[in-house]
Amino acid sequence: MILITPSTRGMWTLFKKELLRFWRVAFQTVASPVVTSLLYLLIFSHVLEGHVQIYPGVAYTAFLIPGLMMMSLLQNSFANSSSSIIQSKVMGSIVFLLLTPLTFLEFFIAFLSASVIRGLAVGLSVYLVARWFVEIPLVHPIWIIAFALLGSALMGAFGIIAGIYAEKFDQMAAFQNFIIMPLTFLSGVFYSIHSLPPFWQKVSQINPFFYMIDGFRYGFFGVSDVSPWLSIMVVGATFLLLAWLTLKMLKSGYKLRG
Amino acid sequence: MQQKYHQPAVKINQLHKQFGGLHALNGVDLTIEQGEFFALLGPNGAGKSTLINTLAGLLKPSSGSVSVMGFDTVNQYQESRLNLGVVPQELVFDPFFNVREMLRFQAGYFGRGRENDAWVDEVIEGLGLTDKAHTNMRKLSGGMKRRALIAQALVHKPPVIVLDEPTAGVDVELRQMLWEFIKKLNRDGHTIILTTHYLEEAETLCSRVAMMKQGEIVALDTTTNLLKTFTGKNLRVNLGEVILPSSIAPLLRSVDKGVFTLSLSDVAQVEFVLAELRAASLKVQDLQLIEADLEDVFLSLVGSNQEGKSQFSLAGAH
Repeated sequence: MILITPSTRGMWTLFKKELLRFWRVAFQTVASPVVTSLLYLLIFSHVLEGHVQIYPGVAYTAFLIPGLMMMSLLQNSFANSSSSIIQSKVMGSIVFLLLTPLTFLEFFIAFLSASVIRGLAVGLSVYLVARWFVEIPLVHPIWIIAFALLGSALMGAFGIIAGIYAEKFDQMAAFQNFIIMPLTFLSGVFYSIHSLPPFWQKVSQINPFFYMIDGFRYGFFGVSDVSPWLSIMVVGATFLLLAWLTLKMLKSGYKLRG
Repeated sequence: MQQKYHQPAVKINQLHKQFGGLHALNGVDLTIEQGEFFALLGPNGAGKSTLINTLAGLLKPSSGSVSVMGFDTVNQYQESRLNLGVVPQELVFDPFFNVREMLRFQAGYFGRGRENDAWVDEVIEGLGLTDKAHTNMRKLSGGMKRRALIAQALVHKPPVIVLDEPTAGVDVELRQMLWEFIKKLNRDGHTIILTTHYLEEAETLCSRVAMMKQGEIVALDTTTNLLKTFTGKNLRVNLGEVILPSSIAPLLRSVDKGVFTLSLSDVAQVEFVLAELRAASLKVQDLQLIEADLEDVFLSLVGSNQEGKSQFSLAGAH
């Protein structure tokens, strides 16, 4: 490939290795989250279909699918970079990267890109399987792509931060159980925030996951709880903040180089 | 690969490294010329690993500077790492890939692509890994993992190679094979820097030796000169299963099945030892006077008393 030169090959190699790392265990990294999303879809749609209509003319099952896609995409983007870094730190193999001439920016781009690819692969797989159950419109595909890319990049960056910060697997589990899961479940995957009491609506509005899911859903139905422009600004600003923090950690060698 | 000619392979100036209140390196100055086979010796906690990790860029110096082939390890870290291959002490590996994949990835990180495959094959063959090239890393035995670690450090053809305890826990046959391969690399012009607890290896292989103690270099010379400056000898006496008289017990270096090895500071001490044995009515079954080796020099510099010996034996068992 023309883009691969000796000076960029290091970054390409790391990107390729990170892709292969999750692809070698695709049952665990792709198939498993798709099955989990489908279980949510079957249970919630069975219980609530016909009882709840959030947007006019949009069936609850259809409403649920973009939320589940985004949830899987975000969780898996985070899991890709965070699990790779914490595993190599705990096993000691991170030394093979630290001994190389890779720059902190190349390290960041390679890990982030692999996270984005895994997030998109899982999100797309959920979409393709869910289409068997219900017809899902694609009103504004550009918004769908924009939120999918930005959301997965944001979580890929957050995964790098968590991977660098955590020193043990249980610290990583704390990131997932006490930050990622609550923010995901309280973001409107299963409901519109307008159905919440005013206090919880306010709380939801400081949750960046809400904007990722609401903006993503706008791309499918052309309706959302808040303007997609506001959502893209919040998500973009959050990504920039996390990317800046990640680059700062990598540049300083925080918890990687003594 | 970018190289500066006529530069030392490694140059360390007034290197200090502190971890909180611990001064792990205390003003180390060291120059290693290109093509040398150099040994870095010292007991546990002497600062060898800290020095190597600083050289490799895994640790940042508190003050002072380190360069590899003329490139500063902090300000010109990319060039310096391109010129350096490090074999870590721990048996670490990536469990997702086989040996050949892992070596290709490692070469790729250093900017090398398919054109490097012939060299990767040479390294695989040279280290006896051909049969295991497509075996997943986690399925390799300890010895094979050690070979793969060495291969990883060599895939980008670095002119300077650091081996941190490469033969720890390795059987004799593999050790011989590794040393033949590393000697060949040295003959081909690679600078080899070795840390080892097997002092006979350093004595046999290395042209120059630095001994470290408490973050400082306490001896730095050619192996021959270090041995010459040490005038002591070893007296090996076969006494059978007896208790050594307390007057000569401080000279004891080791004992094995009734054969006592005593460290003498001077050959004249032989008479004193024999007199004490006679006085204790101990019968000498056999007696042998042996030249001092690097271990004697090492013990005399880092601690010739029992404490020094226990440090050394602990280090050897590590």
